[in-house]
Amino acid sequence: MLKANDALLSARDVTLNLNGRLILDRVNLDVRRGEIVTVIGPNGAGKSTLVRVMLGLRPLTSGRIERLANLSVGYVPQKFPQTANVPMDVKRLLSLTLKPSDKDIDRALDETGILHLKEARVPSLSGGELQRALLARALLRKPDLLVLDEPVQSVDFIGEMKLYELISGIRKTHGCGILMVSHDLHMVMAESDHVVCLNGHVCCEGGPEKVQQDPEFAKLFGPSAARMIAAYAHHHDHDHEPHDHHHHDHRH
Amino acid sequence: MTSILFEPFFQRAMLAGLAVALVSGPVGSFIVWRRMAYFGESLAHSGLLGVGLGLLFSFNITLGAVVTAIVFALLLLALRRQQGLATDTLLGILSYTSLALGLIVVGLATGAASDHMDILFGDVLTVSTHDVWAVWIGAGVVLASLAFLWRDLIASSVHEELARAEGVKVERVELGFILLIAVMTAIAMKIVGLLLITALMVIPAAAARRLAKTPESMAFIAAAIAGLSVIAGLLASAFIGGASGPCVVLAASCFFALTLAVPQAS
Repeated sequence: MLKANDALLSARDVTLNLNGRLILDRVNLDVRRGEIVTVIGPNGAGKSTLVRVMLGLRPLTSGRIERLANLSVGYVPQKFPQTANVPMDVKRLLSLTLKPSDKDIDRALDETGILHLKEARVPSLSGGELQRALLARALLRKPDLLVLDEPVQSVDFIGEMKLYELISGIRKTHGCGILMVSHDLHMVMAESDHVVCLNGHVCCEGGPEKVQQDPEFAKLFGPSAARMIAAYAHHHDHDHEPHDHHHHDHRH
Repeated sequence: MTSILFEPFFQRAMLAGLAVALVSGPVGSFIVWRRMAYFGESLAHSGLLGVGLGLLFSFNITLGAVVTAIVFALLLLALRRQQGLATDTLLGILSYTSLALGLIVVGLATGAASDHMDILFGDVLTVSTHDVWAVWIGAGVVLASLAFLWRDLIASSVHEELARAEGVKVERVELGFILLIAVMTAIAMKIVGLLLITALMVIPAAAARRLAKTPESMAFIAAAIAGLSVIAGLLASAFIGGASGPCVVLAASCFFALTLAVPQAS
């Protein structure tokens, strides 16, 4: 059944009250197909909680979650214990709750750029490699919606940029909606279609340009953050232009 | 001296012990993966109360241990949902309360003269033919149930929330596993004793962790190490005349120490 607003997953006045503390306050959020929605906010703003509530992983006090019937979701959680006690390789990690064919596994790992790590032990992976493995795992579910909670944590700066490019590419090739949580402001902005600034309640939302000029945003992150984002967005625009090639020359 | 190997009581103990080892490998692996060593220990302590009640009202003590361990497990699951106290504190309270209560009830049933060493640390002399059957049937039930839960249990051991998001019925799987530990505790009681049963689950699994590359191979290697520990431990206990449980556990510890020499597989 298609909702009037054609959203894949929606939060409607979602409120969560935990021991008298208001964690989420009447939050509204929609994720549509082909759209990257990023939730930003300071630590303790309820970002991960909102994601968990939207995935049905924890109950809410009031409000409701609207989910498209038979919605297929690929989820990459925030915390993944890398010293996981269960001994396994990447291939097995991808087959925990699915029974994908070898070909499907190869394709997913190839897409996230870690096909060479198929037989690698999970604890031996770097932070970025683990995120790519988890992303490949989520892609195997042929998701209509990808939910990524802090996808670039424990990834270095270069890895961070590459990971965001990969995520952006996935949105284009798979046409899925992406709901992403982040506390990194700079690069998120360039790839997002819609940014929700959360601090218990939705402080401000809209396109990246609109949000970073919002006084609420400056209040939450400080004016320097807004300038930094603008700077990144500018740099990133140039990345796509043909004359950018001289950047690569520097490496020789 | 070797004549003891042909004594029926010793052969019964060996048969029962090997069944226990077969199950303690895979169950112990999950205990290690899920960091539930303390939980298993508490569950075993609670079994003593069931033994005491069984002795007092003269019903089967193995059944008594299973039932109290199950009640204890359900109580703990319910209390943990309240999220008032940290789980290990809660376990500490429940575990030692039931241990103390169990010691008193067993004392009432057997008189002050008994020291209950056989129940706490295992005594191979007490293993009857009937017990051997009970242990093998119990072991078969636990292994079959574990095979049924296997995939879901692995998925929720790797990442509970991810498994839940991907449709695994995590609560149901966890409940099933806890019931298996309760049954496991009861069947191992006479061989290694209630105070040492967790050791026979955790130590072989920890040793296997260093050698295994897949969850299945770890469970298999753990069962093999537990089996060797039972054989070596029962032989040692027969020759030095010590309690069977401590000998089996010490044998397992020796195997663990040996695996430290092997480089970690992953």
